[in-house]
Amino acid sequence: MSRRRRDFVERVVEWALRACAGVSILVTLGIVSVLAVETFQFFREVSPSEFLFGTVWTPLFFQKSFGVLPLVAGTLLVSAIAMAVAVPAGLLTAVYLSEYAPATVRRVVKPVLEVLAGVPTVVYGYFALLFVTPLLQQVLPGLSGFNALSPGLVMGIMILPMVSSLSEDALHGVPRGLREAAYALGATKMQTTTRVVLPAALSGISAAGILAASRAIGETMIVTIAAGQQPRLTANPLVPVETMTAYIVQVSLGDTPAGTLAYRTIFAVGMLLFVSTFMLNLASNWLRERFREEYA
Amino acid sequence: MTRRQRNHWLDLALHGAGLGATLLGLGVLAALLFDIFSDGFGRISWDFLTSFPSRRAENAGIYAALLGTLWVITLTAMLAVPVGIGAAIYLEEYGGRGRWSRIVEINIANLAGVPSVIYGLLGLGLFVRTLALGRSVIAGAATLALLALPVVILSSREALRAVSPALREASYALGATKWQTIWHQVLPVALPGILTGMILALSRTMGETAPLITIGALTYVPFAPDGIWSPFTVLPIQVFNWVSRPQEAFLANAAAGIIVLLALLLVMNGFAAWLRDRYQH
Repeated sequence: MSRRRRDFVERVVEWALRACAGVSILVTLGIVSVLAVETFQFFREVSPSEFLFGTVWTPLFFQKSFGVLPLVAGTLLVSAIAMAVAVPAGLLTAVYLSEYAPATVRRVVKPVLEVLAGVPTVVYGYFALLFVTPLLQQVLPGLSGFNALSPGLVMGIMILPMVSSLSEDALHGVPRGLREAAYALGATKMQTTTRVVLPAALSGISAAGILAASRAIGETMIVTIAAGQQPRLTANPLVPVETMTAYIVQVSLGDTPAGTLAYRTIFAVGMLLFVSTFMLNLASNWLRERFREEYA
Repeated sequence: MTRRQRNHWLDLALHGAGLGATLLGLGVLAALLFDIFSDGFGRISWDFLTSFPSRRAENAGIYAALLGTLWVITLTAMLAVPVGIGAAIYLEEYGGRGRWSRIVEINIANLAGVPSVIYGLLGLGLFVRTLALGRSVIAGAATLALLALPVVILSSREALRAVSPALREASYALGATKWQTIWHQVLPVALPGILTGMILALSRTMGETAPLITIGALTYVPFAPDGIWSPFTVLPIQVFNWVSRPQEAFLANAAAGIIVLLALLLVMNGFAAWLRDRYQH
């Protein structure tokens, strides 16, 4: 190959690869612009304050009302239940695997826990609706067939591996010297873990928790299947609710014509969802970077 | 109780709680698998795999959904894999510490955290409406390709990073150009790692339901896709459709559909694990 031809190939290849990397930027721009255009159209007919602070959500009814708070409440309720399971259980799992478990147990348990994160969400939906809800109904007779509790618990199990593996990374990142210093002072393993290792890994663990919250807010199929489709401003986990994600699916399943106000609601709700998860992801990344700097 | 005894008990308590939490995750996984197999295993048969959906649960099958899944996931791979590997090579081999690479990197990390249903809205606005692809196989595959892209890029980068710098330097020392080095030396060595990552990313994508429902994939499709413009459904959507029906018999179909879906995922993940073990020393 002549030298000129070779240089030309080099340049074309680098340019093509750069374009591939650029596609990811285009995806972000695409998401933002699709959501922004439709949300803007939506806000020409419904005021932002009515949307953000209204307490009744009935965009598909004859008497239309566009207050998104019931959907936000449903989302927060289910996510809070999921976090109440995933954060303590995930953290304890991480402490066990990183500080207590023998190496062989770790090698077997870690990949099996990863399987939990790989199960499709529609499968968890089935499990929540047809196994967990009937089981809970034997203990809580007041529980409706659709409720926030059961999908919340199941979602907590789903995000548990993420919390535990990120927390475990954080615990591993704590220098050995800190542990050894604590042992040298006569501390037990439990004292070392709770008073030295956990505080030192706190920013990394918080990053894991925040990422888990973002995942819970954006989870769709479990809540669509098992939480019901009744937007309701409540903190009661025993009754049907509707989350932001479940609403988007509900409208997508029907035949709401494009260009109508009802059609645009899913983009406005999507925008709210995108902005909240984006903020949480940024916060989580920031905390993780800080943790890395502390011990780099 | 002396202080020393108390400390000993507290230590045991934390150990026990940690073990308990670990067993909770494993126990739920076992319960889930048991529940699904006991509900659906009886429905698995050759007829179930080769029949179209039907109003009568006992005649219904997953043929259309199975073929839809294969069509969509193959196209998704064709779209996401080349672009994803290209982006990974750029970031890992050319990018350096420049501003552009830094922006792209932060952007990819953020994209990986965007909820999948948002990708569905992107697909609806961009592919289905603006580009007028309709609710077709190609629109679905393009949507899932964008969803898979960050994962593909991140895992390919890891595989490229694992290639020893000495190999690159030896190639340069022999007078090879950058691209010759990448194409003839780095990529062959990184290939098993890249493939493993691709298969895992695609298996994750195969279980996605929400983005395809959002772009308007149909839930009742009594025909197999005959091309990229054809309407389609996929296995997770078929399962969702059956779960939403009240009749007991359809729920058994849903469980049987889940078993088939999990079996497919197991084969893909098993193959990925085999690849990794075979080539990683």
